[in-house]
Amino acid sequence: MAKQVKQLDRVIIRFAGDSGDGMQLTGDRFTQETASFGNDLSTLPNFPAEIRAPQGTLPGVSSFQVHFADHDILTPGDRPDVLVAMNPAALKANIGDLPKGATVIVDTHDFNKRNLAKAGYAEDPLETDQLDEYQLHAVDLTGMTVEAVKEFGLSRKNAARAKNMFALGLVSWMYGRPTETTISFLEKRFAKVADIRDANIAAFKAGWNFGETTEAFVVQYEIKPAPMSSGTYRNITGNLALAYGLVAGAVQADLPLFLGSYPITPASDILHELSKHKRFGVITFQAEDEIAGIGAALGASFGGALGVTTTSGPGIALKSETIGLAVMTELPLVVVDVQRGGPSTGLPTKTEQADLLQAMFGRNGESPLPIVAPQSPGDCFDAAVEAIRIAVTYRTPVMLLSDGMLANGSEPWRIPELSELPTIDPAFATEPNHQTGEGKDEFWPYVRDEATLARPWAVPGTAGLEHRIGGLEKGDGHGNISYDPANHDLMVRTRQAKVDRIADALPPLQVDDPSGRARVLVLGWGSTYGPIGAAVRRVRNAGMEVAQAHLRHLNPFPKDLGEVLKRYDAVMVPEMNLGQLSLLLRAKFLVDVVGYNQVNGMPIKAADLAEAVTGLVESTVGTDPGAASGTADRTHQEVSS
Amino acid sequence: MTTTELPFPGLAGVPTTDAPQNRKEYTSDQEVRWCPGCGDYAVLAAVQGFLPELGLRRENIVFVSGIGCSSRFPYYLDTYGMHSIHGRAPAIATGLATAREDLSVWVVTGDGDALSIGGNHLIHALRRNVNLKILLFNNRIYGLTKGQYSPTSEIGKVTKSTPMGSLDQPFNPVSLALGAEATFVARTVDSDRKHLTEVLSAAAAHRGTALVEIYQNCPIFNDGAFDAIKGTPRAGNADGGAADALIPLRHGEPIRFGVPGEDGQGTKGVVRDTETGGVRIVEVTADNQAELLVHDAHADDPTTAFAISRLTDAGYLHRAPVGIFRQVQRPTYDDLARDQVATASQGTDDRNAALANLLGGGDTWTVV
Repeated sequence: MAKQVKQLDRVIIRFAGDSGDGMQLTGDRFTQETASFGNDLSTLPNFPAEIRAPQGTLPGVSSFQVHFADHDILTPGDRPDVLVAMNPAALKANIGDLPKGATVIVDTHDFNKRNLAKAGYAEDPLETDQLDEYQLHAVDLTGMTVEAVKEFGLSRKNAARAKNMFALGLVSWMYGRPTETTISFLEKRFAKVADIRDANIAAFKAGWNFGETTEAFVVQYEIKPAPMSSGTYRNITGNLALAYGLVAGAVQADLPLFLGSYPITPASDILHELSKHKRFGVITFQAEDEIAGIGAALGASFGGALGVTTTSGPGIALKSETIGLAVMTELPLVVVDVQRGGPSTGLPTKTEQADLLQAMFGRNGESPLPIVAPQSPGDCFDAAVEAIRIAVTYRTPVMLLSDGMLANGSEPWRIPELSELPTIDPAFATEPNHQTGEGKDEFWPYVRDEATLARPWAVPGTAGLEHRIGGLEKGDGHGNISYDPANHDLMVRTRQAKVDRIADALPPLQVDDPSGRARVLVLGWGSTYGPIGAAVRRVRNAGMEVAQAHLRHLNPFPKDLGEVLKRYDAVMVPEMNLGQLSLLLRAKFLVDVVGYNQVNGMPIKAADLAEAVTGLVESTVGTDPGAASGTADRTHQEVSS
Repeated sequence: MTTTELPFPGLAGVPTTDAPQNRKEYTSDQEVRWCPGCGDYAVLAAVQGFLPELGLRRENIVFVSGIGCSSRFPYYLDTYGMHSIHGRAPAIATGLATAREDLSVWVVTGDGDALSIGGNHLIHALRRNVNLKILLFNNRIYGLTKGQYSPTSEIGKVTKSTPMGSLDQPFNPVSLALGAEATFVARTVDSDRKHLTEVLSAAAAHRGTALVEIYQNCPIFNDGAFDAIKGTPRAGNADGGAADALIPLRHGEPIRFGVPGEDGQGTKGVVRDTETGGVRIVEVTADNQAELLVHDAHADDPTTAFAISRLTDAGYLHRAPVGIFRQVQRPTYDDLARDQVATASQGTDDRNAALANLLGGGDTWTVV
């Protein structure tokens, strides 16, 4: 029969199944197909911390959401238009997120008494009216998969495992995705096991053909490619972009990269990735613990390499003392914190932004540390290069604050030309820099550059510059141990001044305020960039004016931040924490910002945030400008979704 | 002299100099601030006397230390140095040694630094066999924090933190290192400059992690801890003094010690104990002379070395083997890590071109 083709401007699909069902792979393949088709996209993988939680249960559900469109989009989307549920638990865990009228494709195979009970269904939802509000397609995906791969002689269990590819084929047909990338991917992935390879390809094609021929699916959808600025693109996750950024920064600085790291979710993929790039002079050291990881990295930095350590919040807690040593010894070091839900072990596979204050203050003494944060998966590349630029230029440890959503989420990324990257000059010390009273040349390790306040980086092997550094307070200039009170006061202030100086070379904060008349500013940092941007669009589409700005540098802040904040009657700061940036802004600028805080392990939803922003705009515009921020604060401080 | 001609394979890759060097060049301008009578002075003097003999370029030597009295060591040597944080020196030195083939990297640590707070890093450095020389100053007490018991203090030690006596079994650092797959393990004493220099020379010559335990007296908080093995009269040794207490280990020679007999050799010796599988001490007689254990530091199997290490008193020290327990060759972590980088880098002459390829890899599409 002739299929109908409908045009859509955007779709949100969520693939959900048991954590052993291959949903992450399915989502990833659909994403690659979508990327190569030219849609803009954003993804949200969501999986349990357990590798294989008990089969068929709600805690074992793993899902992958992809939002794609014919225009520029910013988030993985709030509410899926399509849910693919591979078992009762996947249906139960996700159905609540769907709007009425959404499409639900269910694999009926596991809808038996036992699995229904495991998911907490007293009766089969496919046989009651509880799914009447959705467009339900109840199909035996597993049964059809087993039938489709019969000729390859696999065991029933192995045959059934290809059901994710059947589902992928069906959804690929529905949305007119190109199939070549998935077929060549399967050919490579299973090159050594011919029967598994052929079964997966057969299941994928069977899923596509099922869509094409069955009467159950009458509509095929078309989402045209999104206009993007010219260039070559690839789809990239935050962890991959971050790893590439580290390699690129090291190449730009012409330094060998030394990664000292201990495996931890969700940062381990950076270790895995960098270990593949030894040809760039990258050494990856899987240490005995978090402390050894950063210790070895700092030792390598002392030796003239670019030391890097990667971890998540619990790892930062362990590394704190060594970060303090790096502050004191003033050596370049990049510390990557891929934030996850905390405190303690918290929610290892979920996202959060609650390590900002740990990054700022989580050390003994006055221990200032530059902090850089990426705002999207692809932006992890630029943020990593920026962290290296600051670390090398200012001889300081730098904290790079990514998070779980950025780490595993993906988006199209325009591949940069190398000429677009900054040059980074390690400017190693080669000569003595001081004369004694008797006119003898000496090397002083704590003489400072006038502009940056950076000290010289003199590496072992350089004759005549032998010197000792360490964690004890250093005498100004000569760097020998000093317990002198005035010297300590001077050194504490100098270390702070050095970090503050970084702002001298930063560009002004970009404020997006199209009319220039907005009275409310929404200010964010990190991965909330997408949800904030999407929420601001909604508010503007509703006819209101609102400004948006996003911080790349959390320490030091851009020099004009205080002035920008004071231009607006009210400032809202959405964060996935209880108000950590808000606290810093209030303390530094005495501006009573309005927090929008959500700490549920998931990204902020654009619709919820738009509602809160709308409320703040309305109350601000509806009041005398002079009194705006105070009233807005009381009304909206406790808003959450 | 080129590096290949060096008598020290452990230092291959480290640039050498023909210019004569002396102790003064290795002495920094910093005032040494250990307590009067501290054993650390003797070790510092031995090291300052011994380093010039290596013929290395001074700028290619690095001393890394942790926290504790002995960890001030790097400040007093005019080489590169880092006085780091408590227990972490082996980790920091591992990164440095792996990143830089051309450096001779030394770690200075103490019993608290290496065996308590830094125990994890020590055992992992040993198992990896990183090209580091670790000098473990063992005074069996916490000195810098003013006299608490340490992980090598004997049970029942009365200190400020253990007024009724300490409760925990001490580590035997040599046994620990042997159990941690160390390739070079030795013990020496601060007061014996000749033995100290001999052992440090052998450590320098070793490619891999060398652990040297140095018995070191703390005159303030644990004075006399080593009097018995040093033969000091007040320690009340029964007869032979130091000769009866120290068991010198020399590769290829029967293990004998004690007051010399008519043949000029020690009247005591070490034999295998067939009942326990360990070793035991015997009075040497004409009958048992052939059974004396010939020390083999190069044996692949560390079992006998471990058995010998157990002859050390766990309580107040009346007896201890000294010398090189174990010295075997095994590829080092840092050499292997650099080999992998070298292998992977073959054909990558242009890092920029390779980077452009990396970034542009995977499934891409072009928008015009």
